[in-house]
Amino acid sequence: MRNPLSEKIVTIPPSGIRKFFDIVSEMKDAISLGVGEPDFDTPWHIREEGIYSLEKGRTFYTANAGLRDLRVEIHNYQKRKYDVEYDPDREIIVTVGGSEAIDIAMRAMLDPGDQVLVPQPSFVSYVPCAVLAGGEAVPIELEAKDEFRLTPEKLLEKLTPKTKILVMPFPNNPTGAVMRRKDLLEIAKIVEEHDLFVLSDEIYGELTYGEEAHVSIASLPGMRERTVLINGFSKAFAMTGWRLGYACGPEVILKQMLKIHQFAIMCAPTTSQYAAIDALKNSDEDVRNMCESYDQRRRYLLHAFEEMGLDCFEPLGAFYTFPSIKRFGMTSDEFANRLLKEEKVAVVPGTAFGDCGEGYLRISYAYSLKNLKEALGRLERFVKRLEGKSV
Amino acid sequence: MREKILAVIEKNSRIDIRDLAVLLGESETAVANEIADMEKENIICGYHTLINWENTSNEKVVALIEVKVTPQRGMGFDKLAERIYQYSEVNAVYLMSGAYDFTVILEGKTMRQVAQFVSDKLAPLDSVLSTATHFVLKKYKDHGTVLCDQVQDERMLITP
Repeated sequence: MRNPLSEKIVTIPPSGIRKFFDIVSEMKDAISLGVGEPDFDTPWHIREEGIYSLEKGRTFYTANAGLRDLRVEIHNYQKRKYDVEYDPDREIIVTVGGSEAIDIAMRAMLDPGDQVLVPQPSFVSYVPCAVLAGGEAVPIELEAKDEFRLTPEKLLEKLTPKTKILVMPFPNNPTGAVMRRKDLLEIAKIVEEHDLFVLSDEIYGELTYGEEAHVSIASLPGMRERTVLINGFSKAFAMTGWRLGYACGPEVILKQMLKIHQFAIMCAPTTSQYAAIDALKNSDEDVRNMCESYDQRRRYLLHAFEEMGLDCFEPLGAFYTFPSIKRFGMTSDEFANRLLKEEKVAVVPGTAFGDCGEGYLRISYAYSLKNLKEALGRLERFVKRLEGKSV
Repeated sequence: MREKILAVIEKNSRIDIRDLAVLLGESETAVANEIADMEKENIICGYHTLINWENTSNEKVVALIEVKVTPQRGMGFDKLAERIYQYSEVNAVYLMSGAYDFTVILEGKTMRQVAQFVSDKLAPLDSVLSTATHFVLKKYKDHGTVLCDQVQDERMLITP
């Protein structure tokens, strides 16, 4: 028999998260700080709209780009929150999660040999999606000393004449890093000078802490026509299982993305789309409350790290911390595996998000205070043991 | 800071001050002082425990009583309310808008005991015109907390 597989897919390594997931799943009583999703249920009024749409028998396909009402609400929301405007009829596509948007954006924009700059540590999908789209992924290794922000120097260092897309994964999973307006202005200048396009994944845009809210790079002068903005409902509205995201961008790109979406997906789930209209219209207070609650737990975790002597820069977005374990002389993988075995606490090795995540762990605070307390107690005990102190 | 403290302790009054201070990013002393002040100012009026009595062997009957009254000269609603809320078996008294004047929530050991309170104590009060007693059959949610089932974290242990 012939080899049934494509060489391209076989050479892509499976997600590092998956590998660790398999180990964790065998440990039944482990407590986890390893999830990448909110601990809240979807607010009831949103769920209610989904249920109502089912009761009404709204069980058919929608337009390929998504319900027009939803696209109009996305337009309103983006304008209200981030001061960017997209035409609901030509510049917005509703997708199956932000992940699909990443995939079809890469496929719509890349030709063989085109390079995609991927700041890392970052979400697991950018590199494989770029490769599957025929592009070449070039990691940019971000560092704790820059608070895991993308600096102009780091960007310039990796630029080549083949560079076409810059991925901007901020607020960042797994580091919790954010880019402020002044940081973005510097990046935008380089993007314009070198005629690049930006894939801005702003799925955590609602979840920033401190005085300044998230700024979309698309709102900066000259950036709108160069940016595909990706966002979704999973994180801000606690709707991961509904699988709903969207892409906004210039018509010339979105038109081609819609073609792929049309053939591969048809349309995003109808029930989710109806629920999402309500999410965008009526959730300001829910989002505020969830955000405040994450912020409290963020402080709690950082304080606990400080007490146990785990070095961690202050993350100002998403719901992750990214403490360094370099001083223990172990790899992230070893640390995470031993922590799991010895204390039954699951965290994700930083290397799951790129090689430069070595020496770090992703610890999520999307857990109840009770759960965090227990897990941090165990982590502290583990750290003390490594330091040779008795507890 | 007050509102944030209240939002947390309304849901969890047993949280220790140290944790609360960390959550809010304030100093322990500042939080402790603020709480002490709010206690003095009668903003924080008590710290209660939410008990689902149905899960105990303790029998308890809860009734909600609608009370219509005529306030008398020199004795407004407040005075009347006081005559009702002084009874230790009375759990809550609210002045209402609408078809009746007071909601009285009463706890007793048996229905008979509750009925007796209404007929012996409440109804005979001079200003009370009428009462309507409703017994609570089941509490689903109380003080913002769903009582029936413990929620499990159904998320997978590790996700990207």
